[in-house]
Amino acid sequence: MNTLLQKLAVDNGLILSFAIVGLVVFCSGFLSRKLTFGRVQGSAIAILIGLTLAYVGGRMTGGSKGLADLTYFSGLALMGGNMLRDFAIVATAFEVQPAEAKRAGWIGAVALLIGTFLPFIIGVSIAYAFGYRDAISLTTIGAGTVTYIVGPVTGAAIGASSEVITLSIAVGVFKAILVMVTTPMLAKFMHLKTPRSAMVFGGLAGTVSGVSAGLAATDRSLVPYGALVATFHTGLGCLLAPSLLYFIVRALV
Amino acid sequence: MPLYGTALLAGCHLTGILLGELLGRALGVQANVGGVGIAMLLLIAVRFYGHKHGWLQVKSEEGVNYWAALYIPVVIAMAMQQNVVKALSGGPMVLLTAIATVTACAGCVSFINRREVVTADEAPKN
Repeated sequence: MNTLLQKLAVDNGLILSFAIVGLVVFCSGFLSRKLTFGRVQGSAIAILIGLTLAYVGGRMTGGSKGLADLTYFSGLALMGGNMLRDFAIVATAFEVQPAEAKRAGWIGAVALLIGTFLPFIIGVSIAYAFGYRDAISLTTIGAGTVTYIVGPVTGAAIGASSEVITLSIAVGVFKAILVMVTTPMLAKFMHLKTPRSAMVFGGLAGTVSGVSAGLAATDRSLVPYGALVATFHTGLGCLLAPSLLYFIVRALV
Repeated sequence: MPLYGTALLAGCHLTGILLGELLGRALGVQANVGGVGIAMLLLIAVRFYGHKHGWLQVKSEEGVNYWAALYIPVVIAMAMQQNVVKALSGGPMVLLTAIATVTACAGCVSFINRREVVTADEAPKN
């Protein structure tokens, strides 16, 4: 019986993951109404449940794909993978009003620059405080603080050790998770209500997954605006980190 | 037909990713520079022209809206396959760096957004 179920699960991985995520969304909607009387959005609770399950899956299999490492849930790697994630992000662009995006465009660009330099400075200074002295490690960890893609790309470009590259990924992933979880709580503090405010947030928070999940758990209509700016983060980071920022750090150290 | 919408979305998506790849190569960066962002801009432009010249029917838009609605479930599935164990095991430096960055950036966002005065013309006209 078990092998039959396993075969069914593996052959229809994507379909099963639709059902599983549907179940999680249903439960989180229920929890949102019953436990928090609707104050905490269902999607925020669903993301929390997802991250917890990922932790459990990671603990059980020691793999790097959270719950998706379990054979029954391998379909999640496809459903939650980059391909469908990017495809769905692009689809949300359908709701963007060109006028709103154009008016807020330059402030989004400013936020994008601050959102690249500020995390990089924080990453480098804390790494320095923890005893890293060479420019390559400092730059790689600083780049990881921008996003968990810029970190490894920079590390590989300037020849960092694999241990430092792993650290840069860990910083980026944890930052993304933190943004996913804290955005709904900080939404009022960050005045997230207009498309313009979402674009500023997208530029400064820096992680596409963090921004889009955070906004999805705060106000669904803001997702495309935040995502639109955040998607340029990785490109800008990969452009500046291994070049300009690396030279600055090397000059200082 | 909804399929036209999805096909249009796929076209914009692939073109955007391709342009992002080319841009990355042109700038000598081993990464895709804003491919998804370019795809989004393409889709916004196509929709704008589609409405102006009237060839984009509502039925076709459903093909895009379906995937936009699927977005949150995809994000939840994405959360389920994050390497949370490694992220947490990175030690105090990882946690401190991430927390300091998110705090500082949230402060900046709040500082900038507080300046935004939702003037009459900025308030959505509906």
